[in-house]
Amino acid sequence: MTLTLDEVRRIAHLARIEIDAREAAEVHAKLEAIFTMIDELQAVDTTGVEPMSHAQDVVLTMREDRVTETDRHAEYQRVAPAVEDGLYLVPRVVE
Amino acid sequence: MAQTSTTNPAYRGSGPSWEVVIGLETHAQLSTASKIFSGAPTAFGAAPNTQASAVDIALPGVLPVLNRGAVERAIRFGLAVGGNVAAKSVFARKNYFYPDLPKGYQISQYEIPVVQGGGVDIVSPTRGAIRVRLTRAHLEEDAGKSLHEDYHGMSGIDLNRAGTPLLEIVTEPDLRSSDEAVAYAKALHGLVRWIGICDGNMQEGSFRCDANVSVRRAGEPLGTRCEIKNLNSFRFMQQAIDYEVRRQIALVEEGGTVVQETRLYDPDRDETRSMRSKEDAQDYRYFPDPDLPPLAISGEWIARVKAGMPELPEAMRARFGTAYGLPDHDAAMLTASRETASYFEEAVRAGGVEPKTVANWMLGEVSAALNRAEIDIAAAPVKPPALAGLLARIADGTISGKIAKDVFDAMWAGEGDADAIIAKKGLEQISDEGAIEKLVDGVLAANASIVAEFRAGKEKAFNSLVGKAMAASKGKANPAQVNAILKRKLGG
Amino acid sequence: MHSHDTLAGLAARLAARELSAVELAQDTLSRIATLGPALNAFVTLDAEGALAQARAADDAIARGTAGPLAGVPIAHKDVLMTAGLRTTCGSRMLGNFVAPYDAHVVEGLRRAGTVLVGKTNMDEFAMGSSNETSHFGPVKNPWNPAYVPGGSSGGSAAAVAARLVPGATGTDTGGSIRQPASLSGICGLKPTYGVASRYGLVAFASSLDTPGPFARTAEDCALMLNAMAGHDPRDSTSLDRPVEDYARALRAGASARPLEGLRIGLPREYFGAGNDPEVAAAIDAALAEFAKLGARTVEVALPAVKLSVPVYYVIAPAEASSNLSRFDGVRYGHRAARYDDLTDMYCRTRAEGFGAEVKRRILVGTYVLSHGYYDAYYLKAQKVRRLIANDFARAWRECDVIMGPTAPAPAFRLGDKTDDPVQMYLNDIFTIAANLTGAPAISIPCGLTKGGLPIGLQVQGDYFAEGLILNVAHRFQQATDWHDRAPALGSEP
Repeated sequence: MTLTLDEVRRIAHLARIEIDAREAAEVHAKLEAIFTMIDELQAVDTTGVEPMSHAQDVVLTMREDRVTETDRHAEYQRVAPAVEDGLYLVPRVVE
Repeated sequence: MAQTSTTNPAYRGSGPSWEVVIGLETHAQLSTASKIFSGAPTAFGAAPNTQASAVDIALPGVLPVLNRGAVERAIRFGLAVGGNVAAKSVFARKNYFYPDLPKGYQISQYEIPVVQGGGVDIVSPTRGAIRVRLTRAHLEEDAGKSLHEDYHGMSGIDLNRAGTPLLEIVTEPDLRSSDEAVAYAKALHGLVRWIGICDGNMQEGSFRCDANVSVRRAGEPLGTRCEIKNLNSFRFMQQAIDYEVRRQIALVEEGGTVVQETRLYDPDRDETRSMRSKEDAQDYRYFPDPDLPPLAISGEWIARVKAGMPELPEAMRARFGTAYGLPDHDAAMLTASRETASYFEEAVRAGGVEPKTVANWMLGEVSAALNRAEIDIAAAPVKPPALAGLLARIADGTISGKIAKDVFDAMWAGEGDADAIIAKKGLEQISDEGAIEKLVDGVLAANASIVAEFRAGKEKAFNSLVGKAMAASKGKANPAQVNAILKRKLGG
Repeated sequence: MHSHDTLAGLAARLAARELSAVELAQDTLSRIATLGPALNAFVTLDAEGALAQARAADDAIARGTAGPLAGVPIAHKDVLMTAGLRTTCGSRMLGNFVAPYDAHVVEGLRRAGTVLVGKTNMDEFAMGSSNETSHFGPVKNPWNPAYVPGGSSGGSAAAVAARLVPGATGTDTGGSIRQPASLSGICGLKPTYGVASRYGLVAFASSLDTPGPFARTAEDCALMLNAMAGHDPRDSTSLDRPVEDYARALRAGASARPLEGLRIGLPREYFGAGNDPEVAAAIDAALAEFAKLGARTVEVALPAVKLSVPVYYVIAPAEASSNLSRFDGVRYGHRAARYDDLTDMYCRTRAEGFGAEVKRRILVGTYVLSHGYYDAYYLKAQKVRRLIANDFARAWRECDVIMGPTAPAPAFRLGDKTDDPVQMYLNDIFTIAANLTGAPAISIPCGLTKGGLPIGLQVQGDYFAEGLILNVAHRFQQATDWHDRAPALGSEP
């Protein structure tokens, strides 16, 4: 597998991480080394193997449908970068 | 501009006819008290962020715990549409950045949804009764809301809605016109309310539809589809699909190609437009949510839910036909909602009246009064036993059908039950043969010219005489007796 | 003056009122003030809070209502939420974050009566094996400040190794408790996934993250685990199991051959040519000691384990890329000061808030989940993860515990591997498998290199075998004194 510089920029944008040309080149070199190591997996025969998503073979436990939370927005918003009238403020959302 | 017809599945442009292919995705907010993954309330309209818990705003370190009530509602839906309720389904993360999506991913179901298959029966204006196949229905969480009022050039984010349980119901591309799409959406809307899993309040966003629309020349493979969002009323759905169909046909006929994209319907301008914000959100990087092991639903749980299910509208409609002898139209109207159906059955159970009479009254007087008052049948001031009491007085000849309408209005106004109103207002029907005869004699004597017209062969004059006699009795005389006596006296 | 007592010893003396919690807290705080800065083991100290908790512990002891660890000073890795005390995850992103809630394990240790003195330094968002990726600077190895203490829970490991606190918490996603325990010469236990709740642990890789204790002895780890374990309905992966006393087996009387009949599995994959010779010799010596205690060894095969590192570097970054999406500058944490629009705000905030290693892993994770690569990487890695788990399931039919080196080499010099992520990742070659399977493992000190750096032995067990591996480690520690060796610190009071 070869990861191109363009792909590095594409995934950086997908991950919303600003990356300049110098960083992209540097990251590109390191990611290539990492993927060379990861590519070892491609040689493994996994025919018929069930993927393992969880460390324990368990099923979900559920909670009853009850309201257990109270309004704590003032407390939660103490660490917010920008709030007004109880709303989180962000740069204009365009649809 | 291409000609289109909203009632014919073959929308006409120039050349060979166009076929429209529509699939609907509906987001039904489930009527739980708390959110799907947190214990915060789901009530609509609270002050911003007062119903957003640590889980809902995605504070670091907090984790989702699934609400059993949401799953139970999904099972109800699966049973109602004849789908397969999956013994094991998987929650997955759908990753994208948006300020109303606090975690940067939505917890949804992707590869293995909780309900697979099933269908909804509708009546198409052109194709008759058809079954719209469902691909799937899956559980997921709703997002918050971006408020676009200006906060110093910024938008405000309210996360109260974030984490509200949704059932996303996806059809196969089985619909062929905006009429069919609306018929399906209405049937689904009725169904989710019927089985009590969603309040169906479209103004509040409890029931929202997206339409995938494409066009093709008859017989050709599927065209490129556009997804129209923001269809929050049946009328907008119809208008948006019709606009989009016209746009796509015009585009293709002018030599252009349809680009797969998400479009937003703007009801003010009656047009759809491309949503730029969704442009780069196509790579959602779904993967199984490591915070949530698979959801297991036992056969025993499904059986328990099944036992608690109400009779479904289709079954009830058929039963209303066979058990009460109602024509299909009446049965369909009376099973439009669970409340309407139970009103009908309660009135019939009260006894003393023909089911058909109850149906006629419900679809006539009761329905008109509800519309005038703009209230639901559950809030009707005349309860089923009271209606039955009124109709019994027609059946036993105490009052005429015409008088009964006045009595009904009085009952609606809260003046008491039928018997009390009849007694108080002296509305009881006059059935005494002698009394009616006397009344008729008076009418004949006072209207010699009309009698003469009748005798000269003018049949209508007879009705006029009946009217005079009824008026003289202030409507209380038994009309059948009036008729008979008049006929006899005029030498019939 | 109390710094050489074990956690168990201190708990006993506090309970017997031979020592007051306030006195101990003051002593601890002054030792941290003297030795801490050079090690950079702490991100946040809470002297005032510690003294208040100590006073409360003394009161509780006097009233007879104290928990089993009343008055024992501890530290928490700065990835665990502590109500009212900031939690940074070693990142600029959360430089000022104060949570209004405690992590479940923090709550458990609070209830047991421990006194929280501060939050320990760590690799940023627990991503690292050397504690060099912290926004707050690297932690130094107390045995030699030119060397790394291991990571990502390097601050906790260094704090316990330097005898600043008798116990501390860590989290282990690919070895982040066991590897620093090994490099710093102390004990570190990764319990079975699901035994200790992840509630309040800032997620790195949710299917792997496991909170656990650091202490000087296996017995101390058992006492801490007693307070940290237990079902938590707020974590859907927390297991509802009967409460267990992990120190019970350890209290049984000592005999000459306390491990009679124990079958120690030795995977040939753990004893390859890649291991440092001094490490190999120390492990051999430890195995000889176990033979004296009555255990016998059997060879087991774990052929898929060599794939642990590539599997891990697909699954962990994939989960991390998603887990770290919530750090977007909207509701908490760092937000860039200047930006053009919403997307630019996200991109700059995250570029500024995250360090290089975190960004690298987010990019790897984003890539392996992205359209067209999911099957080849993510799904493939999940399947190989299953093969690794299958290897262990087969091995457990032949042995009771599996032993080998925790890390292939002792601590390396600061800066030695920072430019070569793959070399850094290979440090976790023996520890990752236990995270992939979810089974427990402990690292205990078993030797020192000629240069005076600690060597760790890893003891792995099957699911829920914490009691067993703790007892195996305890019996070794009853017969040896590696756990009592302490680094000589410059300004030892």
